[in-house]
Amino acid sequence: MSVQTPISGLPTPSGTPGAPKLLEVRDIVTRFTTDRGSLTAVNGVSLSLERGRTLGVVGESGSGKSVLSRSIMGLLPRSNTERSGQVIFEGKEISGLNDTEYRELWGDEMAMIFQDPMTALNPVMKIGLQITESLRFHLNMSKSDAKDTAVALLKAVKIPEPEKRFSSYPHEMSGGMRQRVVIAVALACGPKLLFADEPTTALDVTVQAQILDLLAEQQRERYMGMILVTHDLGVVAGRADEIAVMYAGQIVEQAPTALLFSEMKMPYTEALMSAIPKLTDASHTRLAAIGGRPPDLVNPPKGCAFSPRCPYVQPRCHEESPTLTPSPTAPEHLFACFYPIGSPETEEVRLRIAAQRLMATAPEFVAAPANTPTPAQQSPVPAPPEQTEGM
Amino acid sequence: MFILKKFGQLLVTVILVTLFASLLLELLPGDPTEVLIPSGSDQQREELRQELKLDQSFAVRYSTWLGNFATGDMGNYYTVSSDRPVSDRLWQSLPVSLLLMFYAQMLALFFAIPLGVITAYRKGTWLDRTSNTAAFAMLAIPNFALGFLLQYYLGVKLGWFKTSGYASPNESPIEHLQYMILPTITLAVGQIAIYMRLLRSDMIATLQQDFILMAKAKGLKSKRILFRHALRPSSLTLLTVAGLNIGTLIGGALIVEVVFALPGMGLMLFEAIGRRQIVAFQSMVAVIAILYILVNFAVDLLYTVLDPRIRNANKS
Repeated sequence: MSVQTPISGLPTPSGTPGAPKLLEVRDIVTRFTTDRGSLTAVNGVSLSLERGRTLGVVGESGSGKSVLSRSIMGLLPRSNTERSGQVIFEGKEISGLNDTEYRELWGDEMAMIFQDPMTALNPVMKIGLQITESLRFHLNMSKSDAKDTAVALLKAVKIPEPEKRFSSYPHEMSGGMRQRVVIAVALACGPKLLFADEPTTALDVTVQAQILDLLAEQQRERYMGMILVTHDLGVVAGRADEIAVMYAGQIVEQAPTALLFSEMKMPYTEALMSAIPKLTDASHTRLAAIGGRPPDLVNPPKGCAFSPRCPYVQPRCHEESPTLTPSPTAPEHLFACFYPIGSPETEEVRLRIAAQRLMATAPEFVAAPANTPTPAQQSPVPAPPEQTEGM
Repeated sequence: MFILKKFGQLLVTVILVTLFASLLLELLPGDPTEVLIPSGSDQQREELRQELKLDQSFAVRYSTWLGNFATGDMGNYYTVSSDRPVSDRLWQSLPVSLLLMFYAQMLALFFAIPLGVITAYRKGTWLDRTSNTAAFAMLAIPNFALGFLLQYYLGVKLGWFKTSGYASPNESPIEHLQYMILPTITLAVGQIAIYMRLLRSDMIATLQQDFILMAKAKGLKSKRILFRHALRPSSLTLLTVAGLNIGTLIGGALIVEVVFALPGMGLMLFEAIGRRQIVAFQSMVAVIAILYILVNFAVDLLYTVLDPRIRNANKS
């Protein structure tokens, strides 16, 4: 890359034997006090991350993925939030820090890229100042050094005419450009750990890939650990080393990316996968959706949180919650399911669903004489509900 | 172009305001000359009537005044002994009102801005609740009651400040302040409460914004987040209300001026109505209207300083 990182002293080598991991999170629980009672947004999540690696955290809205990254960073408001568990950053426990101690880490050691670039930048401050202020605060740069660094950062995130843009206001730029500025702000002090909280959700599809490529490139160059939070499995597919699928505040499946895609175990992961439209589908194929809603986190359902929506649900799932355990075949593949994809029970259900679907789409093939096409609703065999709606 | 538009607005407003104000004075019954020169002879009255064009229609009187005013002649203030130009009295009263307004606004903003910011930041804590209660109490006290209380305790009993009268700041600055402090506090107290509440509610909304969380995630200090990031986008309502207040106070704070015997615009206008000084009244109303519009023009300019997005809206 021709772009030089302007930050000195970084990156430092990591992953050397004996060196502590960049980030280790142990059994983190985050509860919010609401009018309706205590809401468990994150329920016992553990994960770890090395420098230079990317962890994708995937889940629907409301699955707790954004709260998780904010909990790790310590960014949640202190009032009406209850947090437990350990967050170990470079071998140091940080979950008990006060705001003054956190400020040393925020922006400097760890940074966050926010979802919506339209609202993440201060509308009344020039973007240059929004980049330089953390440089001046954390790195004690002089005004002119900070300006040079900021211009270099704008250049690094591929903003045209960076010198001119330095004194632009956010409303003078497009969404994609603003997200580049947000990234530049996050990268400013050379963080070791970067949280990207749905960095492309608010952007045009055409801009999404550019932003993701930019993030991947900067992450490689700066040797950062990155937690990429998204609801789109497609976003993390080619970009994360490891993927954690979250549901109802818990990690329900976690595996290296290739393994997850080739051998997904958790029905929820499969449902997420099938919700991605495929180019090979015939046109007017119905978009698969996951039926039902994410569970109410104030009163979570008994048993497995996904059981009310799971197509393969068995009586046991309504009674007990599965824990995240390593797969017997691949220990780096963790999942929380009694009847994972591929088990005899789910295969049976899968076959039954497939049969029902076949009958629903071609009833004449099964029940009616071939020469008189009968509408499905008049078929002697009642059409079973479609899978997309009936789960 | 912008300036021309504003100037047009100014002209229209001045004409409308003075027209209606004069029409209202027309409604007062009786012969103005009987009030102007109660002991004057019939001949003196007739002369004065001629001079004031009282024998002619309202339209003629108004347009004559307008013509004179436009050329800088504000007319005379009529008394039995001698007629003095209105401008003389205006130059005495206007500075009193302007200074009172300025001090009161400064004092109110000086307390209201930090209080508004802190109560928004510490929303729901004892500090917030206490200052809310205090704000309502401050709003509930009538001006004159507060004025009398301050006069009695700080002026008469403790003797720290002067209770009534005025001294020009050029002649004796210290005395000037002694006269001005109590009326300033009296005026400011209610406004501190209003400004604080306004800023607090806008600030609470701003503090929910993503860019505040992003500023926090940059590791900035709370003070910088509050005053550099949150205050400016939260202060537009405050600025609007403060601007309107400034405009109103240029016309004088009548009650406070009466209580503290300050010779400001409020007292002078009041006097002009009672004494049927129609020309003087029209001129003063016109001056106040002009200043009012200029202040609001300044407020418009300040909006664009506070929020760059408005700047572009003005250009297009």
